[in-house]
Amino acid sequence: MKKPFAITLDPGSSLANHTGTWRTERPVYVDRLPPCNHACPAGENIQNWLYHAESGEYKKAWESLMENNPFPAIMGRVCYHPCESSCNRGELDEAVGIHAVERFLGDLALREGWNPEIKAKASGRRVLVVGSGPSGLSCAYHLRLMGHQVVVMESEKDSGGMMRYGIPKYRLPRDVLDAEIARIEKMGVEIRLGEKIEDVMAVMEGFDAAFLAVGAHIARRAYIPAGDAAKILDAISLLHDMEEGNPPFLGKKVAVYGGGNTAIDAARTAKRLGAEESLIVYRRTKEKMPAHASELNEAIEEGIRFKWLATVKEMGDEGIVVEKMILDETGFPRPTGAFENIEADCLILALGQESELSLLKSIPDLETEKGQVKVDVSMMTSRPGIFAGGDMVPAEKTVTTAVGHGKKAARNIDAWLKGEVFAKGALHEIASFDKLNTWYYSDASKTVQNELGIVRRQSSFDEVVKGLSEENALFEARRCLSCGNCFECDNCYGVCPDNAVIKLGPGLKFQFNYDFCKGCGLCASECPCGAIRMIPESI
Amino acid sequence: MTLQTIKFYQTGTFTVGNRLLDESQRTVQANMRRTNSLNSGHRACQGCGEALGARYAIDAAMRASNNQVIAANATGCLEVFSTPYPETSWQIPWMHSVFGNAASVATGIAAALKVKQKKGIRVIAQGGDGGTTDIGFACLSGMFERNDDVLYICYDNEAYMNTGVQRSSATPAGARTATTPAAGPHPGNPFGTGKNLPLIAMAHHIPYVATASVANLHDLEAKVEKAMGIHGARYIHIHVPCPLGWGSHPSDTVKIARLAVESGLFPLFEAEHGEITSSSAIRRKAPVEAYLKLQRRFAHLFGERPDLETIAQIQEIADRNIARFSLEGR
Repeated sequence: MKKPFAITLDPGSSLANHTGTWRTERPVYVDRLPPCNHACPAGENIQNWLYHAESGEYKKAWESLMENNPFPAIMGRVCYHPCESSCNRGELDEAVGIHAVERFLGDLALREGWNPEIKAKASGRRVLVVGSGPSGLSCAYHLRLMGHQVVVMESEKDSGGMMRYGIPKYRLPRDVLDAEIARIEKMGVEIRLGEKIEDVMAVMEGFDAAFLAVGAHIARRAYIPAGDAAKILDAISLLHDMEEGNPPFLGKKVAVYGGGNTAIDAARTAKRLGAEESLIVYRRTKEKMPAHASELNEAIEEGIRFKWLATVKEMGDEGIVVEKMILDETGFPRPTGAFENIEADCLILALGQESELSLLKSIPDLETEKGQVKVDVSMMTSRPGIFAGGDMVPAEKTVTTAVGHGKKAARNIDAWLKGEVFAKGALHEIASFDKLNTWYYSDASKTVQNELGIVRRQSSFDEVVKGLSEENALFEARRCLSCGNCFECDNCYGVCPDNAVIKLGPGLKFQFNYDFCKGCGLCASECPCGAIRMIPESI
Repeated sequence: MTLQTIKFYQTGTFTVGNRLLDESQRTVQANMRRTNSLNSGHRACQGCGEALGARYAIDAAMRASNNQVIAANATGCLEVFSTPYPETSWQIPWMHSVFGNAASVATGIAAALKVKQKKGIRVIAQGGDGGTTDIGFACLSGMFERNDDVLYICYDNEAYMNTGVQRSSATPAGARTATTPAAGPHPGNPFGTGKNLPLIAMAHHIPYVATASVANLHDLEAKVEKAMGIHGARYIHIHVPCPLGWGSHPSDTVKIARLAVESGLFPLFEAEHGEITSSSAIRRKAPVEAYLKLQRRFAHLFGERPDLETIAQIQEIADRNIARFSLEGR
């Protein structure tokens, strides 16, 4: 070809120049573990369901949620949301109101009548679940999803365990509880009510494995000398009687002894039953109280009073005698020898609960510890094929932990039935705050959930905390930073000076073109959510 | 497209794209079919701010003109790294001028298009700060003064990087370059020197002058698009960090550009016919130290005995900008 004057070469494209050879580090897309997911006792993939909720795809969001937890509407109300305590957004403005979005999705699913789909083929195996509390039902739900037949035996007249007999209605309306349990029954889980198991080995025939989740329903007592007319009852019986429609007569002045969530539930219930004064007596300080802060605050708003640093020594006809305590340097309360009389018509003990383990009597060698059943990492007891979880095993005693136990046990039971061992994938690196580039997120403060007026809170059992509207729930979901997981903001695609990021299209994310990527790391440092990691090239 | 901040869609309009926004509200750079006017395989250093700024600006100009752009390019990094004979990274009609006459070459292209009655084809001249503020300044001033139909884009990396980091009239006070070493009683580039070309361009009363930054893509694209909608002489001055010359980490390029804006050292504003018409408010205000500390060209200000006096002088420059261009958050 004849070329113009002074031109000797054909024009070429710089694409011939593979600048990728300059690289000493390469970017890779990663999915880091968001702190919320890491903190969730039920192992929810919160970032994932928020991602779908952000796009307004609520059904997808709900389905993602249901992969790990069959009770979104319940959980959005009663979980103490450790996810929010660990939320990275908390360091920016305020944590994302995860529980409120979860509740919105749960309520929406109930309104729309969404049901989970069982994709697994019937396995022909049968599993016995003892106890229809959060742990038992969660296990039953997951086993059913895996294709197993499940029978749940419940000693009470109604299902739900502590969700029904331990959590008052003003925190968990019963129509919500009933609907989420009914959805599990609809999947083919059989719940037999009023079936108290005296000996688990006697009913094992016809079952390939068992999951025990009898909870902890026996109130722990303390010896308190009392006069003949003194009225002492325990909190767990009070809550149980409330559920059965037999509220006891408590009187005008009620004292509750204990510092956990049950103590607060009892005091708030007493207020609603007409007590003019509802006082919580606790041996340590407000800061040391095991009750959750949000419940404590709601109780204070409702006019519940507190007597910190005091132990109940005796109860007479006029009231209780308390001894003042001081905390020693280790934070342990020590008696001072100073006493005080407090007027009270009745004393409610909320000193913790224990499990009823008599159903294990024919397995005498079963390992227990401090009245709780020991389980291994697979939630199996020392008797092969018998698994246990929830409040009867050593762990934190919350609904969400129980739900998590149920899921974990179900996965291990499924593996055990197949003669396999369930292997959990390795945890991804945590997407901590320092992995984020928060400059890119818009400023948006948390949406506040409305609460019931204070007068109705003190006099009725109506639900205290209200739900979010769709608009608010969507806004709240969009506050999620998507920590550690790509949300397709196009930043990497945009900021690469070498066009070495290939955009694959909506939902398909991106790919690096290592022929041209020089390894500058701009994509990683400008990724808002920390979903790109730079790794050294092997030389 | 007029620049519009989306109040809340997770990242609003701060990121390049946003899956929750309508396509028309995303940037040109978010588009799978962007022209990639400056293609892969160019020889710019890792994390080059100029390569990034040039693709941002020219892709936006291509979209705004329905892909009818001819560019003249002054000698400098941008020309050298993109077009070593016979290869080029440019995917547009592109012409290399000598160091000092990009504005004149562009004027000539515009005149030729006029004679040939080729309406709709737009002319861009581009160069670095050396080719613009120093060597090409006379040609540029002439282009402005004659109100030639050219958009001139200056990619300002604050020194002659291609030849080994020599000081230019855009080098900031206190910065170390090969010709302003960090030595003596007043190390680095002397205070009281240099010139502000956007303000000089404004003094020509041309239709449009703007400053932009690689750290604010939405703003940059909106300004290029606006400039492309106007005929006559236009000038856009884009701040483009240089990892090599500034002694910064390649992955910090955008961060440094952002800190220049957030500290007030590089104000983002627009002017029409000699009057400032808008400026971009600082979103998260940063002290100048945050900007300076990331760059080795300012390393002599820190260390065991920080030069607090000089840092305060630089902070004064930033504060003056904040007051002068109304950059305080609104």
